[in-house]
Amino acid sequence: MTADTSQTTLAGAQRAQERSFSGILIQSLINVSLIFWAALVIFPMIWLVYSSFKTDQEIFFAPWALPQELQWNNFERAWVDVHIGQYFVNSMIVVVPGLTLTVILSAMAAYILARFQFPGNRAIFYLFMSGMLFPLFLALVPLFFLTKDLGMLNTFHGLIIVYTAYSLPFTIFFLTGFFKTLPSELHEAAIIDGANEYQVFFQVMLPLAQPGLVTMGIFNFLGMWNQFILPLVLMADREKYVLPQGLSFMLHQQYYENDWSALFAAVTIIMIPTLVVYVIFQSRIQKGITVGALKG
Amino acid sequence: MRRDKYKIIIPFLFPAIALYLVFVIYPYLQAMYISLTKWRGLTPNPEFIGLENFQRMLEDKYFWNALGNNVTYLIFVPLITITISLYLAFLLTQGKMRFSKFYRVTYFFPQVMSLVAIGVLWSFIYHPTIGILNSILKAIGIAEPPAWLGNPDAVVPAIGAVIVWQAVGFYMVLFIAGMESIPVTFYEAATIDGANRWQLFWNITLPLLWDTTRTALVFLAIGAANMFAITQTMTEGGPNRASDVLATYLYERAFISSKFGYATAIAVSLFLMVFVLSIFTMRVTQRETLEY
Repeated sequence: MTADTSQTTLAGAQRAQERSFSGILIQSLINVSLIFWAALVIFPMIWLVYSSFKTDQEIFFAPWALPQELQWNNFERAWVDVHIGQYFVNSMIVVVPGLTLTVILSAMAAYILARFQFPGNRAIFYLFMSGMLFPLFLALVPLFFLTKDLGMLNTFHGLIIVYTAYSLPFTIFFLTGFFKTLPSELHEAAIIDGANEYQVFFQVMLPLAQPGLVTMGIFNFLGMWNQFILPLVLMADREKYVLPQGLSFMLHQQYYENDWSALFAAVTIIMIPTLVVYVIFQSRIQKGITVGALKG
Repeated sequence: MRRDKYKIIIPFLFPAIALYLVFVIYPYLQAMYISLTKWRGLTPNPEFIGLENFQRMLEDKYFWNALGNNVTYLIFVPLITITISLYLAFLLTQGKMRFSKFYRVTYFFPQVMSLVAIGVLWSFIYHPTIGILNSILKAIGIAEPPAWLGNPDAVVPAIGAVIVWQAVGFYMVLFIAGMESIPVTFYEAATIDGANRWQLFWNITLPLLWDTTRTALVFLAIGAANMFAITQTMTEGGPNRASDVLATYLYERAFISSKFGYATAIAVSLFLMVFVLSIFTMRVTQRETLEY
């Protein structure tokens, strides 16, 4: 009740302010700023998309103009000749198992750390947390030789395992917090009903933890899909490049070959699926990414 | 009571711990040792040389050059990003706003794109012949705009601008979350007392957002100390090392010049600098937290 009345007071005061001349001026300033930044974000992407339908000639001599005719074959060249199709498949081969493994292993470890008391529990939790202290580039050289010695250099499974290992600390940190919030009565009830610990985990706890698992799934998907430095160091075989690596490679390659239109098409191919997925899941994705800030 | 609990504890913890110790902790620890050695990767055992790598770093002009660029990013990127994102967050929380949802979704989008894709896109935009930036600049009367990524004086601001462009949406969402958690009664009381929007922002919003701002500062500082993906994609540290940062320099030392010991020593120094800087930022910005 009180909240209601005061809200109207506030709104009323604001409305009075807005009706005045300076209010209108401020309102237009606000709109101009917002539209300006939106244009700054959107326009480069629109330019990219329509340019990817142009010929090399048009790209060079009329950077602003719309394509005279839609050059669909740019996309074909990008997918086949520039190997975007191959890189896309390679990324899937690495990210899907990496993501699955990360979520399962982290959920198991986080569940134990959140709900079981045993000597060393805290120590293990902080051991995992210590991994977030170090930047990745500190590990690059030893990691390169380690994977080499294990015969995992230039292999998909090597990349999958390394991606997983480096995703564990934050995922475990987040899911431990999540499992702690689940009611312990459920656990006891299930045990009394005759379920064993494994059944409790897979049939009771995991379904309950689904929102947390999805958040971590999104967070890690973007991290792995966009991962650049790890494949750059651990994957030298051009046939097995993942997307970001392949994209970077062809940008540097293209300076010599000059097939700009295929390159524009390649970036468009990479951007569009991200855009579609983002627009559909945007509120979840925003949450998924900004949770990273919570640890600060 | 539950003596058999170890039947689940051990198999559930073991895989994660094993993977983590072998592929994360072991390499980090080994890095500390490798940084004290001379190693070209051909012999199985690195040659121990103590602190020699660190001494050499002090006289290495390329090291200082790269560090200088990191420091430039460190000064400007957080400042500009936080200013713009705070401003936009403030505008979007001013009562009912048309298209407010559209703006939030749009501004955040660069954050989900890979830095490599962003780097490639902006290399096109900055390109002197195919790009659109310079034709805009010519249209508004700048006769000879620089060839951004090819010009040693323009390349660092050009890359820094791209990072601001992609980061603003993220920090704006963070600030909006912070602003929305401030009780509306504070604003009501002040409005009744006759405060205008500007005063509300300076005297209520900003002080209560201090914790979010500190977090943003530390994140941005860590980002400015890295800058690997964007630099490697757009320029590979060029032209002529003008946009080198420590991360690209150490990558080049290690994986192109095979100076693994020296490269790791650079990585260790970079880590220590970031670590000290983060703690320093948190300490300096520490104030009495306002409870509300």
